[in-house]
Amino acid sequence: MSAPADNVVTELDSRDALEQYVLRLGDNALVLGQRLAEAMTHGPELEEELATANFALDYIGQARMYYGYAAELDGAGRDEDYFAFHRDSGEFRNFLLVEQPNGHFGDLVARQFLFESFYLLQLEALADVSDERLAAIAARAVKEIRYHLRHVSQWIVRLGDGTDESRRRIAASLAELWRFTGEPFAGDAVDTAVQRDFGGPDLERLREAWRRNVATVLNEATLEVPEDGWMDGGGRDGRHTEHFGYLLAEMQFLQRAYPDARW
Amino acid sequence: MHAGKSVPLPAMTATDRSDAAALETRVRALLAEVPDPEIPVLSVLDLGIVRGIREEQGRLLVEVTPTYSGCPATEVIEESIAARLEAGGFRGAEVRRLLSPPWTTDWISDAGREKLAAFGIAPPPGSTSLRGPALPVACPGCGSTDTARLSEFGSTPCKAAYRCNACLEPFDHFKCI
Repeated sequence: MSAPADNVVTELDSRDALEQYVLRLGDNALVLGQRLAEAMTHGPELEEELATANFALDYIGQARMYYGYAAELDGAGRDEDYFAFHRDSGEFRNFLLVEQPNGHFGDLVARQFLFESFYLLQLEALADVSDERLAAIAARAVKEIRYHLRHVSQWIVRLGDGTDESRRRIAASLAELWRFTGEPFAGDAVDTAVQRDFGGPDLERLREAWRRNVATVLNEATLEVPEDGWMDGGGRDGRHTEHFGYLLAEMQFLQRAYPDARW
Repeated sequence: MHAGKSVPLPAMTATDRSDAAALETRVRALLAEVPDPEIPVLSVLDLGIVRGIREEQGRLLVEVTPTYSGCPATEVIEESIAARLEAGGFRGAEVRRLLSPPWTTDWISDAGREKLAAFGIAPPPGSTSLRGPALPVACPGCGSTDTARLSEFGSTPCKAAYRCNACLEPFDHFKCI
């Protein structure tokens, strides 16, 4: 008997790959939306409360679109609530970056900036994929994220080029989160299949554009681009940081205590 | 009505076209009475979210596009449209959500822009794009374009907060996407 070729286990059916890809997009959006919702009433000023609430709403709306589509691709009679409330930590596929705790305002801004600098490029690429539904969702979402990123980029500049204290703290926030910025570009079989079969994003090109865009804003903020060191990862395989369980416990409490409760 | 035989659909005749136009006129009259729940001076037509009105398999189909992914009014708007159509004599009309092309503030009608300004919300100025430079926003109170943005985000996902430097009144601006 001949040994199976290596690519037998990594080669993915187009539809399965698409479903997993859409689910990952949904998980990123939901988890970040939940984090932003947690920040309500903790903003430094009323205008930022509104901005954070708006971000959260956009993300939860986007998560619903992704989950709704994943449920259709899945075809097992699941719905968006199933994906949000009836899965455990190991089944969530979001990046570690988006699950990191809010911390202080600079931490929240740094997380938002680093993630959205990636997500915007990802959505711009996805708006051109051959799968019409995913392209439509991306074209819808890209406008919202462009608006968000413009806002958080202004905060990076204001904090970086601000007082000694704001500068010290935003630089520390960026340095602390930097190790989570490798994961979005570390593609796997799902990314490869979506690129091959649907014209999905080329992660190497995204990485170059991301570095350029991030450096432009940090330069304007008079901040150094942090050095690449060891990069954390595993969220896409369901291995999360210790913070994630607490987030799920709060987010899923009601559906766990009262299964299938409805408003 | 055609019999249940499988025959190729005939080409659209002038009569069909005028039927379709008459249907659209009737439906539009009903939709003009469906307000945006958060900005009730605007109808769903003014907002530019109605993207298609036609008959499909003997039922009325109305296609509607959401303004923002997270807009909490999306479901309310769809339900209001379905209820108004039902009450207007279109039994079993379907309201279908259409994502593509995505909604833009460019689709707010001229009448809608006037209603917004009269209501105290500065409408998006002209055709818009986040890539271009920002156009001046006129104060809906005194008309001055000497205005300043207080916050890119406002009381609903679609609005930003502004202040007029001439009359000093704060106001909402329908943000451009």
